[in-house]
Amino acid sequence: MRKITYLEAIREAMQQMMREDENVYLLGEDIAEYGGAFGVTVGMLEEFGKERIRNTPISEAAIIGVGIGSALTGMRPIAEIMFSDFMTIAMDQIVNQAAKIRYMFGGKAKVPLVIRTAGGGGTGAAAQHSQSLEALFTHIPGLKVVMPSCPYDAKGLLISSILDDNPVIFIEHKLLYKNKKYMQHVPEEIYRIPLGKGDIKREGRDITIVATSFMVQRSLEVADILESEEGIDCEVVDPRTLRPLDMDIIISSVKKTGKVVCIEEACYFGGFMGEVVSQIVEKAFDYLDAPVLRIAGRDCPVPYSLVLEEEMIPSVGRIKKGMLDLLGRF
Amino acid sequence: MKSLSKKENYDKMTVLNENLTKEIQVEMLKKIIEIRRFEERCIQLYQQAKIWGYLHPYIGEEAVAVGVCMAIGVKDYLVSTHRGHGHCIAKGADLGKMMAELFGKSTGYCKGRGGSMHIADTELGMLGANGIVGGGIPISVGAGFSCKMEGKGRVVVCFFGDGAANNGVFHESLNMASIYKLPVIYVCENNLYAISMCVKDSTACENIADRSLAYNMPGYTVDGSDVIEVYKIAKKAVEAARAGKGPSLIEAKTYRFYGHHPNDPAEYRGKKEVEYYKKEKDPILVLENRLLKEKVITRSDIEEIERDIQKRIDEAVKFAEESPEPELERFLEEIREA
Repeated sequence: MRKITYLEAIREAMQQMMREDENVYLLGEDIAEYGGAFGVTVGMLEEFGKERIRNTPISEAAIIGVGIGSALTGMRPIAEIMFSDFMTIAMDQIVNQAAKIRYMFGGKAKVPLVIRTAGGGGTGAAAQHSQSLEALFTHIPGLKVVMPSCPYDAKGLLISSILDDNPVIFIEHKLLYKNKKYMQHVPEEIYRIPLGKGDIKREGRDITIVATSFMVQRSLEVADILESEEGIDCEVVDPRTLRPLDMDIIISSVKKTGKVVCIEEACYFGGFMGEVVSQIVEKAFDYLDAPVLRIAGRDCPVPYSLVLEEEMIPSVGRIKKGMLDLLGRF
Repeated sequence: MKSLSKKENYDKMTVLNENLTKEIQVEMLKKIIEIRRFEERCIQLYQQAKIWGYLHPYIGEEAVAVGVCMAIGVKDYLVSTHRGHGHCIAKGADLGKMMAELFGKSTGYCKGRGGSMHIADTELGMLGANGIVGGGIPISVGAGFSCKMEGKGRVVVCFFGDGAANNGVFHESLNMASIYKLPVIYVCENNLYAISMCVKDSTACENIADRSLAYNMPGYTVDGSDVIEVYKIAKKAVEAARAGKGPSLIEAKTYRFYGHHPNDPAEYRGKKEVEYYKKEKDPILVLENRLLKEKVITRSDIEEIERDIQKRIDEAVKFAEESPEPELERFLEEIREA
């Protein structure tokens, strides 16, 4: 069985969908000859040509606008925003235009637009190239937000996103792209993972971990450590899509374990996991044996110093300590 | 300051003996009057609180929408603004559905969810009015991209105001439309004021069309009160776009007779200035006088046009008043997840 990287899975999803449907095309900065800032689109220009692998000037608002306008008129664009930080430059187009159009125009107009972007830190790229901004988008009705944590999910979720008639914010994680450690078997054919369907990445009895994106991988690492060192059996739940959110899979896990820790890379204050915790409390309060724990990025811009960045983003050590505290094991 | 835009093209255009039939000219007059009377009724209804929110009258600017829309076809796309009623009517929108939308009724273009600033009908090629100044300009580039990929000669008209021309997306979008040679006609409706700020104070160049030089596309300035002049320039730009020659920038010098909205007394404008435009640059008077002088039309023809339009507006208001409110149990349609 072949194994491929996260980046290769994303590229394969786009290639296969572009072969299936001539209305699917890519646009973004440096995606043609250069292959994208992270190399995701390497080789695609040769197969599909410059009309469909459309290099753009550094014009984020116009990139999203082109995506919206062409989606409204029958195409299925995939717009790449190089770093998720740069999404903020296109916020009007994303929030006031793309997200609103279908509802605001009475349901007839559709915006089948995928915005792919690279989020997250751990790369020493500092405050403007490392953020995790998903909560800005999950707050907006009309947007779907997808954050795959592994190659298999990345391919299936991207295919579903391309086929979806709504704007989808597809946030990839830089540390997952090329790391061979996260390579996985990914079917060669086209397959879909429905948006709004979470996944249990590790079954366990003692405590539920809800995590997104790269934090899923980090949580799995912590789960292995806790099992071997402390005999604690963690269940790791990955919602995969933040909106729509599969709350059922989270609630049923919480009902089973009675304890839950929610882990995200984004800043704590106003983070997406606040929503998850609120829904857990509303829907499964009686099943909880301990307070719900949130572990998130520190409330500061991502610092440049590797020592500081390590402290800012939830590390294996910080997650492990938080969980042991929660479980009363000091 | 000398105008940098290609004014010579415009001057040549004006002496061209365009084949403008009587029928087209009368049709233009009908559309202009239709927009005027529709909006006058809207202002009345707004003052009676039958419609609410924000309403941005296009009165005084009608010749721009009509002149441009007469130069395009049903299948072409139109991207509009917050001052968009005129664009919709010129593109052929149904007065009843428009009025119902302003009344927030389920039979409106957007099922009562959009209101004045968001009227859209993709089937009619109306890709939406827009509540964000400049918000539609990037969208027009995307529609232009679709037209180009489709390869059937379809074009996009993108309206925006002098205020939007100073927003960053204007630059991003016109540059992008030009490098990709997209069939988009940019129409800046320069009504001299961005709410209260005069274009003299807000804009570093004399003519917004001068900026076309920087985007390597033809630029035209035209008297926006003269529908025939607007039509001629628009036709030229549309023909260039259909022929694959890329986008153009047309600046129509125009004037809104009302304030930014019905409750804006517009005291930032001098009385003399307003009187001048109402007397000399009223698109209805300009066209009526010409058609009367050339004996294309008689006073009684005009009266009949007015009567017919009043009747249709009455019907539109009746339709809106009698239409049901949106159903509460359906208001999350098209947004519900999963």
